[in-house]
Amino acid sequence: MFNKIYDWVDERLDIAPIWRDIADHEVPEHVNPAHHFSAFVYCFGGLTFFITVIQILSGMFLTMYYVPDIVNAWESVYYLQNEVAFGQIVRGMHHWGASLVIVMMFLHTLRVFFQGAYKKPRELNWVVGVLIFFIMLALGLTGYLLPWDMKAVFATKVTLTIADSVPLIGPAIKTLIAGDPTIVGAQTLTRFFAIHVFFLPAALLGLIAAHFIMIRKQGISGPL
Amino acid sequence: MSKRNVSRRQFLNYTLTGVGGFMAAGILMPMVRFAIDPVLKASASGGFIATSQKVSELTAEPIRVDYTFDQIDGWYESQVTNTAWVYKADDGNIVALSPVCKHLGCTVAWNTDKEHPEQFFCPCHMGRYEKSGVNVPGTPPSKPLDVYETQVKDGILYLGLLKPHKGA
Repeated sequence: MFNKIYDWVDERLDIAPIWRDIADHEVPEHVNPAHHFSAFVYCFGGLTFFITVIQILSGMFLTMYYVPDIVNAWESVYYLQNEVAFGQIVRGMHHWGASLVIVMMFLHTLRVFFQGAYKKPRELNWVVGVLIFFIMLALGLTGYLLPWDMKAVFATKVTLTIADSVPLIGPAIKTLIAGDPTIVGAQTLTRFFAIHVFFLPAALLGLIAAHFIMIRKQGISGPL
Repeated sequence: MSKRNVSRRQFLNYTLTGVGGFMAAGILMPMVRFAIDPVLKASASGGFIATSQKVSELTAEPIRVDYTFDQIDGWYESQVTNTAWVYKADDGNIVALSPVCKHLGCTVAWNTDKEHPEQFFCPCHMGRYEKSGVNVPGTPPSKPLDVYETQVKDGILYLGLLKPHKGA
């Protein structure tokens, strides 16, 4: 059944080269934990991506119930967590995944750093990786406000005060992020929501694509 | 034991597909169940809602009865006001009709079309119903108006669930 469908599509579109190009390539021996157990350090980049996929999926499902509005945000989060089946699991995946993705990304960065894998010709990929790091931190920051509880609001006030302390342009940055010069409220919440679910993920996907294309082009760095 | 040989490649394919499928299912199952929850949730509706309409004041002429109740919509609780068209039928029974047109869901009203008096009229597509709620043939609606279950307590009209019209 599956083979027949595959053959039907392949006959018309010749898809074998496409998936082969993505999936069919050898893992070098020094990267394969089956050969050297210490090669597990090469897994952290893939784990970061794996958790990112879970974050995107669980986030998509959470927006089925979540409302970015100061009156309803907290109530909708309470409802989806306590009244909807598996709400605690789905929100838990997003909550814990947010921390775990930072951990995995940090371990991945440490591996690349201490192996010197960022050196020529891979400098550009390091730069893109650092940009991904910043995007991830921004995702964590914007997502933190969305439940609209006391912790979220005061954490965001702290963030805005930090932004405010930038010389000269600080107040402008603060207003740009919060949507209002003094209030942390309705406009802040919708802004953070839009940034969290549209702008940052779009930037993230673009950067991840660049990250992966570069690693395929250059190959993984050689053994130590 | 069968003598069929499973090659190393096949064995790895099976185990990796199995483990991968198990992980994917573990991730997706809670999310899908989470998403389809509204379909599987038992609806807690039912029970009669009191109106402010005294039954003794009802006549053969349909009147508009608004009634208000508490509605729980997920995390949002509010008071919702719905309408029924109520009159006393010739046999003395109280008839309470839904104002929702069976064509495309607009709101019908009694006696608002000058060319066709003594009928329920929907302004969206000129749908019409007899006083009994039965749709007038040749107008857009294909079914009669839904009917409320009614109850009388202490001379006050109570409205229950909407049921399909029994006539026609």
